[in-house]
Amino acid sequence: MEALQTLTWSDTWYLSPELVLSGFAIALALLDLFLPKQVNRNVIGWLTLAGLICAGVCVVLLLLSLGDGTEVNSAEPFHSLLGGSYRIDNFGNLLKLVFLGSAGFIVFSSLGTVKDEDVPIKGEMYYLVLPATLGAMVMSSSGDLLTLFVGLELLSITSYILVAVRKNNRISSEAAFKYVVTGGAASAFILYGMSFLYGITGSTNIALIYDGLNSAIENSEALLYISFFLMIAGFAVKLALAPFHAWASDVYQGAPTPVTSFLAVVAKGAAFAMLYRIFMGTAFFAIGSTGFIQKDIFLGLAVLAAAAMIVGTAGALRQRNVKRLLALSGVANAGILLTPLALSLTQFHTSMFSEFIYYFIAYAFMNIGVFSVLTIVSRDSGNETLSGFAGLYHRAPWTAAAAVVLLCSLAGLPVTGGFFGKLFILFGTIQTHTYWLGAIMLATTVVSYAVYFTLIRQMFMRSGELDTGLKMTFPAGITIWICTIATLALGFFPVPILNWINDVFSIQFDFLVFRG
Amino acid sequence: MLDNLPVLSLITFAPLVGALVVLLLPAARSNWLRSVAIIFTVIPLVLSLWLFAAYHPSSGGGAYSEQATWLSIPLNIETFKAVDSLKLVFDYHLAVDGISLPLVLLTSIVSTMSVLASVHIRKRWKTYYSLFLLLLTGIYGVFLARDLVLFFIFFEVTLIPMFFLIGIWGYYGREKAATRFLIYNGLGSAAMLLAFLILIGTLGFSMADGSNLSFTGNYDVLLSNLSNPNAWANIDAAEMRGFGIFLTDNARWAAFLLLLIAFGIKVPIFPFHTWMLRVHTEAPPAVVMIHSGILLKMGVYGLIRFVLFLFPEQSHSWSTVLAILGVVNILYGAVLACVQREFKLVLAYSSISHMGIVLLGIASLGEVGLQGALFQSVSHGLISALLFLIVGSLYERTNTTQLDELGGLAKAVPFTSGILLLGGLASLGLPGLSGFVGEFLSFLGLFGSMKWLTAIGVLGILFAAVYVLRSILNITYGALPERFADMKDARFVEALPMIALAALIVLLGVYPSILTDLMQHGFDGLLEQLQTRVGG
Repeated sequence: MEALQTLTWSDTWYLSPELVLSGFAIALALLDLFLPKQVNRNVIGWLTLAGLICAGVCVVLLLLSLGDGTEVNSAEPFHSLLGGSYRIDNFGNLLKLVFLGSAGFIVFSSLGTVKDEDVPIKGEMYYLVLPATLGAMVMSSSGDLLTLFVGLELLSITSYILVAVRKNNRISSEAAFKYVVTGGAASAFILYGMSFLYGITGSTNIALIYDGLNSAIENSEALLYISFFLMIAGFAVKLALAPFHAWASDVYQGAPTPVTSFLAVVAKGAAFAMLYRIFMGTAFFAIGSTGFIQKDIFLGLAVLAAAAMIVGTAGALRQRNVKRLLALSGVANAGILLTPLALSLTQFHTSMFSEFIYYFIAYAFMNIGVFSVLTIVSRDSGNETLSGFAGLYHRAPWTAAAAVVLLCSLAGLPVTGGFFGKLFILFGTIQTHTYWLGAIMLATTVVSYAVYFTLIRQMFMRSGELDTGLKMTFPAGITIWICTIATLALGFFPVPILNWINDVFSIQFDFLVFRG
Repeated sequence: MLDNLPVLSLITFAPLVGALVVLLLPAARSNWLRSVAIIFTVIPLVLSLWLFAAYHPSSGGGAYSEQATWLSIPLNIETFKAVDSLKLVFDYHLAVDGISLPLVLLTSIVSTMSVLASVHIRKRWKTYYSLFLLLLTGIYGVFLARDLVLFFIFFEVTLIPMFFLIGIWGYYGREKAATRFLIYNGLGSAAMLLAFLILIGTLGFSMADGSNLSFTGNYDVLLSNLSNPNAWANIDAAEMRGFGIFLTDNARWAAFLLLLIAFGIKVPIFPFHTWMLRVHTEAPPAVVMIHSGILLKMGVYGLIRFVLFLFPEQSHSWSTVLAILGVVNILYGAVLACVQREFKLVLAYSSISHMGIVLLGIASLGEVGLQGALFQSVSHGLISALLFLIVGSLYERTNTTQLDELGGLAKAVPFTSGILLLGGLASLGLPGLSGFVGEFLSFLGLFGSMKWLTAIGVLGILFAAVYVLRSILNITYGALPERFADMKDARFVEALPMIALAALIVLLGVYPSILTDLMQHGFDGLLEQLQTRVGG
């Protein structure tokens, strides 16, 4: 064990995104407390956005300062703090950028869009996004089980409050309570699973666990299995993977729509980041007495992914409430997003991180876009069911057109980011000869056409009760259009971003496997 | 003059440009919208006619081929030793040959007639025409693309506009028909994509100078790897030690069957036909002209291009099955067409029957039969476009297509009735009209190898005479119901496409070599493969 390494002043630069966020969070909490009641809380929203942007700039600067481990760029490929328990590397920075961007769009689109009657404590809704995002960033940047868990809890606890900010709404309080109970149980599962890893290897540091695993594995293979499967179960709840997804529909429905999209994008992404950190750091190349343990972990994850795709899509078919529908679509998408990680653990041994992050970026754009449309539509019609969308084409043809693009992307139709994201993941299943998983993915994708085209049918082929124009707010309109254009751009030009990810990301430096 | 232009791209994307122009025009100006739509539908027609004139069957379409790398995606290689790069490459590759050119011509002709027939569309013109043009881009792309992923994308691009065209402008049951269309065809596309990815992941693998590896979706590369015994995909699985780029026999069969299902749904092959009946009856006639006239042929094209060419051995051992499927289609469609009371359903079942003849031609796996299949596709495209054009005009006047409610129209609308009779005669295979040539060649091609099946299939022609004459006599002869007494015959804008299509049907019937000359060398590669691999 190395001597305990402490933080120095020079390290603050590496922690700048996290420090900026916590600074803003504290300052805004105090501001909300002391600001007179009659002042519009949108001010706090704009300041939250400013905080997210500042943190985003810091992440970009850090990303540029890191090298890629080749001779061409000789800068250090990653920087580790506190004895490797906190890591500034490209994996973390890429994900942080996505989280900050998503949170930024979500906050921006809700400015002036969320009604006071719906969320009486708007200031709180805005500034709590900051610690939640901070938690997500810690989860994507830690190299130690304990730090990871701290990040997870920071994100989870703030999310519980965020779900409950519709104070006068019974469904919202009920959702928050359900979320606390299931989320808490999930955290306990994860922690229990982690404790086995610590018990077997004597360390909480992922790099040291990796070193210790292969020697410890002979005596404690069964314990290792228990550990992995407990963690998988815990994460499955956090990711809303079937059959652990029952909370998702209720919570998504109860939360204010911007918070729902935060849960669908940032919270889900953060759980994936943590899963990657732990599983790529330990399960990749873990060898047991009967061969590769990772083969069984792969199978567990693949079955979970398949179940999520099937259950999510089938459930969404009968859903009339759009938020619950999107929650179940999120379950199916979590299955798709889990597939690349599962495939990375097959014997074919390759990292499918680019496939994951590409689809995740596409997923973020299409979800934020669709949720923004939903916010605007439900604000006008007063209900969140499918019939609220009826006749949208007649009221706002361009918004309806944007929604078609976003929904086509969710359905995986070309030429959109969602199409290529699914295509690359699908090609991974073919490459590793996991044909059954590919077939399930394709079949559920086709069934999901029925889900998303139900919405499109409402918009284009039915006439609604309202025939006045749709009241669009400026920030929401901008967000919808940026998401739509980004979705199309990812579809027509997927190569630049994939090239870039391939250049900066490396399993060798980011997950510390193959250190020779 | 046109030699230096990317003609194929122009044909494919001119309608897309038109769609964007339509989007920028004011929604209330129906005349402007219509004119722009017509202009951008005629541009591909002119270009493809030029292509038709300039094309030499003996030298093939190589001169017009366009190829560029579209996507070149790096895959992670950190776990491989001594590999410099591993890429997934998809090309933008358009090409034309004796198989695709007739279908491109068919598309350009039928789409022009269909855009003229769209006068009957009464609402939301702007959305209609932009979707119509987008659909055309998808169709041209399908017939011209030579990269598997590009082909797939164009194939999917046809789905979305069709969903809207059926669902918004169709008849009473339009929404159900649209959803069913989407799901059935979506399933077909899913099967196709799985098969394509299996092919790309195996046959598409190549290695340049030992350390630069790539997977490609380029059709030509796949085709040459397929027949090359030294290609990686053809190396024994045991030698590859888990590196999954070999194509096992099981995978070959799986891909073959998946593609057969994918294109079989589109054709449609019994029992995958239920969606197309609904589309025939519920979609607006102008859209059915495209659907029945062209979209079904995408299935035929796919069967020839991907199933036959990429899997000659499997096709050969399944040729009897294909022929049986064809015969089932012919008889099932023909018998049911005889008992329908709705004229559109008669035509729908007759389409199933006619596509069965195409399957017989394909099952023959010989030059004559294949030419027959393709000829029959083009001919059926023209005939069903003509018949649905007339259905559209009649429905405008009578508000019904039920055979019981129609009658005596020969007195009220002599011109339209005359053209209807001509279309019907072509459909039942009267010599001198195009339908005869396609059917004759298909049956002739199959007769050499499967006499009995051919003989049973020919029965379909007898039924065709029954159902065609029964329904046409029902419509045109007899007493004229009173409410149709002051009906007016076709206007100029309706008559023009009718005359054009009828003229083409007669032309192909009298002078079939216009088309067969084009196809002449289209099947050379396939026949060669069959010779060497299966031994004739």
